[in-house]
Amino acid sequence: MRALRAAIVFIAAVFVAAGVFFLLAWRSEIPEDAAAAQASFAPDLVAKGAQLAALGNCIACHTVPGKPAFSGGLAVPTPFGTIYSTNITPDRETGIGGWNEAAFQRAMNEGVDRNGSHLYPAFPYDHFTRVSEEDNRALYAFLMTRAAVKAEAPENDLQFPLTFRPLLACWKLLFFDRGELEPDSGQSEAWTRGRYLAEGLGHCGACHTPRNAFGAEDRDRNFGGGEAEGWQAYAINKDSKAPIPWDEQSLAFYLRNGWHEFHGVSRGPMAEVTGNLSALPDSDIMAIATYVTSIMGDPTPERGERAAQLREQFEGDRLEQTADSQSSLVSASGAGSGEAIYIAACASCHEGRQRQPFGGLNFELSTAVNAPNPQNIVNIVLFGLPPADGEASAVMPAFRHLLNDQQVADVLAYMRERFSEEPAWAGLVELVANTRSGAHKVTIRPSDGIERAPHNVGAEEG
Amino acid sequence: MSISLTVNGSPHQIDADPSTPLLYVLRDDLALNGAKYGCGLGQCGSCTVVVDGEAVLSCMVPVMLLEGREITTIEGLGTIDDPGPLQQAFIELQAAQCGYCIPGMMMSAHALLRRNAQPSDEDIREALATNLCRCGTHMRILAAIRRAGELMKAASLPESDERRAG
Ligand code: FES
Ligand code: FES
Repeated sequence: MRALRAAIVFIAAVFVAAGVFFLLAWRSEIPEDAAAAQASFAPDLVAKGAQLAALGNCIACHTVPGKPAFSGGLAVPTPFGTIYSTNITPDRETGIGGWNEAAFQRAMNEGVDRNGSHLYPAFPYDHFTRVSEEDNRALYAFLMTRAAVKAEAPENDLQFPLTFRPLLACWKLLFFDRGELEPDSGQSEAWTRGRYLAEGLGHCGACHTPRNAFGAEDRDRNFGGGEAEGWQAYAINKDSKAPIPWDEQSLAFYLRNGWHEFHGVSRGPMAEVTGNLSALPDSDIMAIATYVTSIMGDPTPERGERAAQLREQFEGDRLEQTADSQSSLVSASGAGSGEAIYIAACASCHEGRQRQPFGGLNFELSTAVNAPNPQNIVNIVLFGLPPADGEASAVMPAFRHLLNDQQVADVLAYMRERFSEEPAWAGLVELVANTRSGAHKVTIRPSDGIERAPHNVGAEEG
Repeated sequence: MSISLTVNGSPHQIDADPSTPLLYVLRDDLALNGAKYGCGLGQCGSCTVVVDGEAVLSCMVPVMLLEGREITTIEGLGTIDDPGPLQQAFIELQAAQCGYCIPGMMMSAHALLRRNAQPSDEDIREALATNLCRCGTHMRILAAIRRAGELMKAASLPESDERRAG
């Protein structure tokens, strides 16, 4: 009897739990709108949407390099498996051609697709939920006026139970803070605008904020440094390691131009970001800089003092410097050591007279040398900065054919020791070996991200 | 310091500071003047040579890294009397204007053709992305490299057109 009652209670509990879960997880399907892709939109709205799509860097994830823009299919590796981006062109069968605006608004807002399925947070709706209805309307107009491309993305390759999408409702319950941000009355208009852009469509935190075991951004460490496509996204809060701290002017310049004389050139996935930001007006770029530097806060007095010295040393015309490839003698230091390699192979550019963005950044100014994780500098030494196709761009030769793993590790250890106060990096040789072999996968792109910049893959069409 | 280098199959003993760029040793010590000094900063590609099958910028490579490695320069691809297929193709299609960039272009192409005897234009562009030509002969360079691929195939020398030079 007791056992039977227990069984009944248990079964009832299971049903209640299932019911609650169902209510939590269930989203209605928004019926397919056969006419959606035929709708016409005001040119102004489409133009605004183009700008917003550039800010959101939609193209970067929703395009396979060399394939038509927004047609999806790019493999996005995550700690939980590989997710393939979807086709967001207005193709009715394989894209979002059957989506009405409400379906699009809901996807941005709640991370739910037209069918009512929860989307994986690789699509950063934790940020896009901050985007206004009006801006989503413009984005929708832009996407629905692109050329429709028939392209089916490959199936996601995820571990069970993550393939069961309703589970994402639990993830959302725990980690998803839906809706626009409250205004902060103590802040300037520029700051508020900057926060809207950076926290919303710009989704800076998607790369620059560390993630917890469930893949959600750790809000307590906002902008504390993360990872993207095999690159470190540096901390852009008080933990920033930039030897000359960022300020509004330098950050705005960097975001506008893709380089800064005290910080070097943007590269890796950031190159695409700065490339795409060219669509935004100066006022928006400045607003983002205002907001992000407010998160960084004022540097400590020691950092400030050190920065003042460095500015003096590197501002304007560089001091007469000795190194070029003809005059660096290393006989004194044992050949083969990290120092000898640095002097012979690196100093000619990095201590030369060429200025940014075409000269090498002096490592006294380098965030990479000061970063807690050496991944970026390993990537750059091995693979270099490939030139942009048919445009002037920063270039660095790759050294993977010249230096073995131990030599790369030696030169980096020497640079860390010489140019940084931070402790030596551990496990360098292994990291170099894994990066070289591809065990640690790194995406290498030209310094201006041209391969996926809008004009190269056809975002202007339609 | 004495360093031993193998260039175009021949061993050489040279006396140089270990940090000396390979380019200077080639030109000044070995009188191999094919590789050109353009920028000295790894930006133009005119100094390109091949080391162990890979195109590298000789102005950037200190000789201390090269002991025991196979260095090939444009002189290793053939002679005036007996040009190799790449050289023949460049002459046939008159791919040079001033010619300053051409040895570098040919060495990048040589590394490419060793890996891939029938490269697409896309492959060629990618392999030569770090070689600049200020005269603008790019279209003829592309054509010459395609032609070299054909010549090599015809001569069934798909692997390599390296010659031994003194
Ligand atoms: S001379 Fe070596 S790259 Fe220009
Ligand atoms: S032919 Fe003159 S630089 Fe290329």
